[in-house]
Amino acid sequence: MSLLQIKDLGKSYNSDSKVLQGLNFEVEAGEFLSVIGPSGAGKSTLLRCINRMVEIDEGKVVFDGQDVGALNKKELRKVRTTIGMIFQHYNLVPRLSVIENVLHGRFGYKTTIQGILGRFNEAEKEHAFFLLKKLGIEEHAYKRCDQLSGGQQQRVGIARSLIQEPKIVLCDEPIASLDPNASKVIMDHLKSITQELGITCIVNLHQVEIAKDYSDRIIGLNKGGIVFDGPSYRLHRSHTDLIYGTQSKATPEIRELIMV
Amino acid sequence: MNEKTMKASRKWQTLFFVVLIFGMTLASSAITEFNIFHGLATLPKAGAWIFSNLLITQESLERLPTILEKLLETILMSIAATTTGTAVAFFLSLMGSKTTGTSRALGVFARFVASVSRNIPVVAWALILLLSFGQNSMTGYLALFVGSVGFLTRAFIESIDEASQSAVEALRATGATYFQIVFKAVVPQCLPQMISWILFMIETNIRSATLVGILTGTGIGYAFDLYYKTLNYNAVALVTFSIIIAVIVIELMSNYIRKVII
Amino acid sequence: MEASTYIRRGANGRITIKMGSKSERVMTWTVTLLIALTIAAFYFFDYTGLDLSKAIPETFYNLKKMFLAPALSHFTWGQAFYQMGVTLGLAFLSTILGAAIAFFLALMAASNLSKAWISKTVRIAVAFIRAVPTVLWVLIFAIAAGLGSEAAVLGMLFHSIAYLVKAFSEAFEEVDQGIIEALRATGANWWHIVVHAVLPSTFTYLLSWTFLRFEINFSVAVAMGAAAGAGGIGFELFMASGFYFDLSEVGMITYMILVFAIVLEILSTKMKERYFPAAKLGN
Repeated sequence: MSLLQIKDLGKSYNSDSKVLQGLNFEVEAGEFLSVIGPSGAGKSTLLRCINRMVEIDEGKVVFDGQDVGALNKKELRKVRTTIGMIFQHYNLVPRLSVIENVLHGRFGYKTTIQGILGRFNEAEKEHAFFLLKKLGIEEHAYKRCDQLSGGQQQRVGIARSLIQEPKIVLCDEPIASLDPNASKVIMDHLKSITQELGITCIVNLHQVEIAKDYSDRIIGLNKGGIVFDGPSYRLHRSHTDLIYGTQSKATPEIRELIMV
Repeated sequence: MNEKTMKASRKWQTLFFVVLIFGMTLASSAITEFNIFHGLATLPKAGAWIFSNLLITQESLERLPTILEKLLETILMSIAATTTGTAVAFFLSLMGSKTTGTSRALGVFARFVASVSRNIPVVAWALILLLSFGQNSMTGYLALFVGSVGFLTRAFIESIDEASQSAVEALRATGATYFQIVFKAVVPQCLPQMISWILFMIETNIRSATLVGILTGTGIGYAFDLYYKTLNYNAVALVTFSIIIAVIVIELMSNYIRKVII
Repeated sequence: MEASTYIRRGANGRITIKMGSKSERVMTWTVTLLIALTIAAFYFFDYTGLDLSKAIPETFYNLKKMFLAPALSHFTWGQAFYQMGVTLGLAFLSTILGAAIAFFLALMAASNLSKAWISKTVRIAVAFIRAVPTVLWVLIFAIAAGLGSEAAVLGMLFHSIAYLVKAFSEAFEEVDQGIIEALRATGANWWHIVVHAVLPSTFTYLLSWTFLRFEINFSVAVAMGAAAGAGGIGFELFMASGFYFDLSEVGMITYMILVFAIVLEILSTKMKERYFPAAKLGN
């Protein structure tokens, strides 16, 4: 059975308009999947339905054999422990040190009291340093997060998700606030997560070219529905026109420029 | 509307505003029987009186130990009211904030409690509590405590809403529990702001404590009232100066702390 | 996993995760000190005549009587509103006079409009005034200038001025330096700059701060009525609780104060949201 199954997923924030409707797809373990689409297409909502950061209105999300929508609070926390998440704005605690922010990823494995007192064992701390070293920001471990550049902060975010020992990592526009160089570093790291550690990645992206370069498979969303689902080499101009609607009259090069 | 009529209506608005303020000033003067010229005329006289009567003499200095003891009582009371108020206000603000609130009903409840305790003046609380608690430190402490809870809740809600939304989302996604999120994402981010408000509240409470002390017969307010009523103006001067020095020292300390932590 | 050169360890050999910055240390110290002082406070409190087992139920009984059976008995509704008018009047007068005086002092205190030594002198004077509680000013003026509303207004005026000078001068200092320089370059004198550059760009701020101070002065005026005999609704509250022991009347007066205070708070919050969302509240 595949790692993640989405069945007839639908979501609406108010009664008149649906953000997502009738989504169906499956994701295998070890896949690198990009979700592309114009802003407002429902990419963020789709990701947040997987770990139920937003409630699921219709359909089912089955992750690792469990129906996410039917879990109680405690079970949900347990499932979230195995799902990493990376955000556009990094979502770190800016005043805390890098290493503290990384260790925040361990809370799911701790009791409330252990977490509040900040009781992490030496193995966890060493693991955190190991991850920081892998991501090339070990020397910043004791700096305040808000002193780091955007790309460095996003790497802290990646370390925080990896220390959860996740089965899947959900990335919500991870490079939308970064310059091209930092974007490349981040995408390379994400790619290596899948290739070296075998962790599934779902990445929301604006940039079609980057999605094609990095992913095994691409899902194109438009107005809450899937308009393309297939291996990235099969994605062509005709599909992107469909995904981006009339906006994509502009050539891909120009769209790249707008994004950057 | 073209520019000319807009300018004209602007002019009328200003005129209306000036007349309104002027009218309200006259009405206020009438109802309170306040005469601005008389008031201003007494200023030099008052100044002269202050400079000739409010002098610290050798004799009044003998009372210094008693006064300092009362002052210490007042300062400790203000600090205790603020810190215990902080503990309550912290939980109320968690309930009342949009970021950390768990239910709508609790949020409304927290805001209601805060609003009532803040908007009933400290004097009213002091008078109400005086009836059942009698003349001792507890009365003053409780009156300041209630006011602190109200004010700090409002301030903390603002700090929490402003500072911590994104990190809360991230920790929720890692499977952290509610109190882990609160103590590891919200508190570290808001703590400097909160400490700044707490220090501000202590300063305010010391001033209010003097007032409350006059009513409840405790602390430096009581000392002031006693000397004032027995016409011992030299001691009154000493009390006033000791308050000034205490408040300024505490203000300088809090300014230093604020500068370092924010 | 191999050891890293970047890992820091504490005295016990465990890996530290805190930054160890000055700001962290000062916060820890501040919190520790405050907790210690709180414990000391409860230890030193004067508990004369306090019997908690009686006081707490009695307070609840009193509160119940106050808030569930409010009534006026020693004066009429007409008098009640008149006294409320007196309190509002005291608050209004001390606010409006304070704002007028504070405006000029703030011009002197703003570092971009004034000489350094003048600005410093005004700031020190203001800090000094702020340090004396309002009630002491009122009581001192009551003997120095004779009792009556003059003493109350003058006493309240002092703090209003101190508060508004601080707020106004900060607003003045945020005026774009370029505008001031441009006017200065055209040969405008100091008053021209104030009237044509500083005042138009800060007027709404000044207005909102003044209103905020009015809200504060309302509760100060209540307090002065109760503690310094300044009249108004505060004095009635003091009489009802201290002389007649009439809880229902205390309740009714408290309700009246509460309603006015909440209305003022809502108005000033609306103003604040509109003109300066990031500003601080309070006095």
